[in-house]
Amino acid sequence: MLDVSALLFWLLAAITIAAALAVVLLKNIVHSALYLVLTFAGVAGIYILLQAEFLAAVQLLIYAGAVAILIVFAVMLTRRGDIKASNLYNFNYLAAGVVSLALLVIIILGNGRMAWTAAPAPAPASNVAAIANAFLGRYAIPFEVAAVLLLVAMVGAILLARGGKPER
Amino acid sequence: MITLNHYLAVGGLLFCIGLFGALAKRNAIAVLMGIELMLNAVNINLVAFNHFLAPDQVTGQIFAIFVIVVAAAEVAVGLALVLNIYRRRLDSNIDDLDWLKW
Amino acid sequence: MINHAWLIPVFPALAFPIIIFLTRRVRPLSALVGIAAIGASFVMAVGVLREVLLNGVTMAHPVEYASTWLGIPGLLKIEAGVLIDPLAAVMLLVVTLVALLVEIYSVGYMHGDPGFSTFFGYLSLFSASMLGLVLANNYFMIFFFWELVGLCSYLLIGFYYHKQSAARAGLKAFVTNRVADFGFMLGFFFLFAIFGTFNFRELAAAIPSYQNTGFLALAAALVFIGPIGKSAQFPLHVWLPDAMEGPTPVSALIHAATMVAAGVYLLARAFVLFASLPGIMLLVAYVGGFTALFAATIAITQRDIKRILAYSTISQLGYMVMAMGIGSMTAGMFHLMTHAFFKALLFLGAGSVIHALEEQDIFRMGGLYKDMKVTVSTFVIAALALAGVPPLAGFWSKDEILAGAFDHGFTGLYIIGTLVAFLTAFYMFRLIFVAFFGDRRAGLHAHESPLTMTVPLVILAVLSVVSGFVGAPFVSHGFSSFVYYGEPHHIEPNYGVMLLSTIVALAGIGLAWLLYGRPSDVPARLAERYRSIYKLLVNKYYIDEVYLWLFHRVGLGLAEAFNWHDRHVVDGVFDGVGDVTRLSGHKLRLLQTGNLQTYALVIFTAVVIIALWMAAPVLGGVIQ
Repeated sequence: MLDVSALLFWLLAAITIAAALAVVLLKNIVHSALYLVLTFAGVAGIYILLQAEFLAAVQLLIYAGAVAILIVFAVMLTRRGDIKASNLYNFNYLAAGVVSLALLVIIILGNGRMAWTAAPAPAPASNVAAIANAFLGRYAIPFEVAAVLLLVAMVGAILLARGGKPER
Repeated sequence: MITLNHYLAVGGLLFCIGLFGALAKRNAIAVLMGIELMLNAVNINLVAFNHFLAPDQVTGQIFAIFVIVVAAAEVAVGLALVLNIYRRRLDSNIDDLDWLKW
Repeated sequence: MINHAWLIPVFPALAFPIIIFLTRRVRPLSALVGIAAIGASFVMAVGVLREVLLNGVTMAHPVEYASTWLGIPGLLKIEAGVLIDPLAAVMLLVVTLVALLVEIYSVGYMHGDPGFSTFFGYLSLFSASMLGLVLANNYFMIFFFWELVGLCSYLLIGFYYHKQSAARAGLKAFVTNRVADFGFMLGFFFLFAIFGTFNFRELAAAIPSYQNTGFLALAAALVFIGPIGKSAQFPLHVWLPDAMEGPTPVSALIHAATMVAAGVYLLARAFVLFASLPGIMLLVAYVGGFTALFAATIAITQRDIKRILAYSTISQLGYMVMAMGIGSMTAGMFHLMTHAFFKALLFLGAGSVIHALEEQDIFRMGGLYKDMKVTVSTFVIAALALAGVPPLAGFWSKDEILAGAFDHGFTGLYIIGTLVAFLTAFYMFRLIFVAFFGDRRAGLHAHESPLTMTVPLVILAVLSVVSGFVGAPFVSHGFSSFVYYGEPHHIEPNYGVMLLSTIVALAGIGLAWLLYGRPSDVPARLAERYRSIYKLLVNKYYIDEVYLWLFHRVGLGLAEAFNWHDRHVVDGVFDGVGDVTRLSGHKLRLLQTGNLQTYALVIFTAVVIIALWMAAPVLGGVIQ
C-alpha cells in the first residue's frame, strides 16, 4: 500500500542516486555531465516533494541550466584526446572508494539510529512569500554579500578564463 | 510513510558518491562535478530538516539558496581555473598537478 | 692608618689605567705617576707597620674588616676584605719598598725603551695585585690576586714580545703556573666544601677540631701545589730560569723578591692547615730541601749571570719552603724578607752590568770592579749576605732555618741546608771572581750606571746588611716575637750551627777563589774529568727535555686519542643524529605529494575517524 508521494519519493531517489553513480562511474565526461543534469533535476523533484517549490525552480535554473551548461562548455574547451576515456580514475581511487564507503556506512547506520520528532504543525502551502520576506528582511545583509560574491566571482572567472600572458 | 530519515539517507548516499568522484577522478571538471554532488546532498539535508522539523520557517531553504549561490560562484571560478591550467599544460588532468609540493 | 690599609693596593691600581690610557705619550709623567703611587703605598705600609707595632696587633689578634663581595645567603659568601697581622704588615713593607726601589731603578734602566710607559703601567698593576694578595683575608681573594700577579708576570716576561724566546718564556711561565694554580684552586674549593667558608680566620678556628684528616690532607696537598708553581719548587721550577727573558728590574721585583715569595706567603697564611698535618709538613719540608739542593747544583755550572741568580732564587725559595715544612714559619718569613732585599739587589746589580755591557755571559765579562765601583761593591755585599757571611742579613735568616731544622731533629734537612749554603757561597763567588775581577776582556767598555740606578742599589745594600738584625737571636722582642705561628718561641742562639755555617760559607768562597780567583785551567779539567755530571748539571738535569718528551709522547698521544674519540665517537653521534634527521626528513617529505586530491583523501580519512569517534555512542550497538 504505497501512497503517491511515497512512490514519487522512491522513484526520484532512485533516479537521483542512479544518475549520480553514472556521473562518477562513466568514462566519458560528456556523459557524466549529462547525467549530472539528470541528478540536479532529480534533486529538484525531491525539493518539490519537500514543498520547496521555489528552491526547486532555483535548482533547475541555476544547476540544471547554468552550472551544467558551464560544465559542458568547460568540457568542450578542454577536450583533448579520446573523449571516451576522458573521465578516468586517478591512482588512489581504491583508497577513495574505501573512505567514501566507510563514511557512507557511518552515515547510514547513524541515520538509522536517529529518531526525529516531526513538528506537529503542517507546512504552509506556498512559502515563496516567506522566502522573499526573509531575504529582504532578516537576511538582507547576507543577501547583499552574496550578490557581491557573485560579482567578484564573475570578474574573477572572466579574468582567469581570459588568461594573461603566460608567465614563462 | 516517508520520514526525515529517508531523505537524510538519500542526502548521505549522494554525498558519498560525490566524495568518491571528487577524490578518485583525474579530470578536474569531474572533480568539480563531484563537489557539486556533495553540495546538492547538503542542500537536500537542509531542506528536509526545514520541512520536517520547522515547517513554519524557511531558514533551511534560505541556507540552501546561499549554498547554491556560493556553489555557482565556485563553479564559475573553478572552471575558469581549469581553463587556465589547461591552457598552460594542455591538460585538465590534475593527478600530476603537484605544485603544492615543497 | 690601619683602617685605611685597603688604600695601599688602590694607589698603584689607579696608576695602571692612568699610565696606560692617559700618560702613555709622556714618558717622564708615566714614571712619575707609577713611582708616586707606589711611594704613597710605601708610606702607608710604613704607617701600618708602625701601628701594628704600637697598638699591639699580634698574630693572635689581627685587624680584619670585610664586606661581602658575592653572596648567596646560607650557601656562599665571598668577601672582599683586609686582614692585617704582623705577617701582612711585614710583607706590605717588603713589597712596597722593593717595588719603589725597582721603579726608581727602572727609570734609568728602561731609559729609551719604546715600551717605557707600558712598563711602568704593568709594574703598577703588578704592585697592586701583589699588595692585594698580601692583604686578602680569604682564599678566594688571594686566588684572585694570585692569578693577577701571574698575569702581570706573563706580561712582563714577554715584555720584549717581538723576541720569540721572550714570548715563549712568558707562555711557559703562564702554562706552568696554570697547572699549579689549578691544584691550588681545587685545594681551597675542597676546603670550602668541608668548612663552607673561604675566610682564613674562620678556617683557622675550624680546622684544628676537624677529624677527617685524610680529606684535609688532600686539600692541603692540593693547596701546596700552588706554592710549588708560584715559588718555583721542584718539579714546577722550570719556568723561573726562562722568566729571565723579561727586563731585569722585572726579574728583581717579580721573579726574585716578591711574586715568587707569594707561594711562601700562602704557606704562612695557610699555616694552620699544614700545621695540623705532620705528613704534609714533611712533604713540604722535603720538597723545599730537595729544591734548594737541586737548584744550587745547577747554579754552579751556569754561565748566564741572570740564570745563575734565577737558580739561586729557586734554591733560596726552597730554603723558605723547607722552613715552613719544619714548622718554623718565623724563619721562613724572616728569610723571605732578607732574601727579598739582597736578591733584589743582586738582580738590580746584574741589570746594571747588563745595562752597561749588553752582555749576560759572565765568562765574557771581567775586571768590572775598576769601572763600576758602586755596582760591584753593592753586588759583593749582597753576595756575602746571600752566602751567609756574618753579620749580614742572610746569615741570620739562613741560620735560623738551619737552627730550626737542627732543633726539630731534621738532621737530613740540616745537612742538606748546610751543603746548599756551601754551594751558594761557591757559585756566587764564582760569579763574582769571573765577572768582576781578573782581567778585562777585550771589546767591553763598562761604565757606571746613572744615579737613578745606583741609589736603589746602595739603599738595598744597606738593608742587606742591617735587615738581619731584627731577627738575630740575641735581639729580644725581634722578628720571632712578631711573626709567628701559635706561640712566639725564641730560638736560643745555637753557636755550633752558626759557626759551622760560617765556616761552610767561607769554605765556599775560598773554593771559588781557588778555582776562579786566578786564571787557571782547573775548572775546565774538572769539567772534563766529570764530564757526565757536568753535562747533567749544565743541562739542568734535563728536566725541560723530560717535559718536552712527556709532552710529545704522552701529551700529544693523549691528544691524538681524544682527537680520534672526538672525531669518531662524539662527532659520530652528532653526525648520526643529523643524518637520521635528514634521512627521515628525506623519506617523510615524500608524503607531501603536492597533489590536492591526496590531501583531500587524507582529510576525509580523518573525517571518517572523527565521525566514528563522535558517532560511537549512537553506533555503539552496531560496533559492539
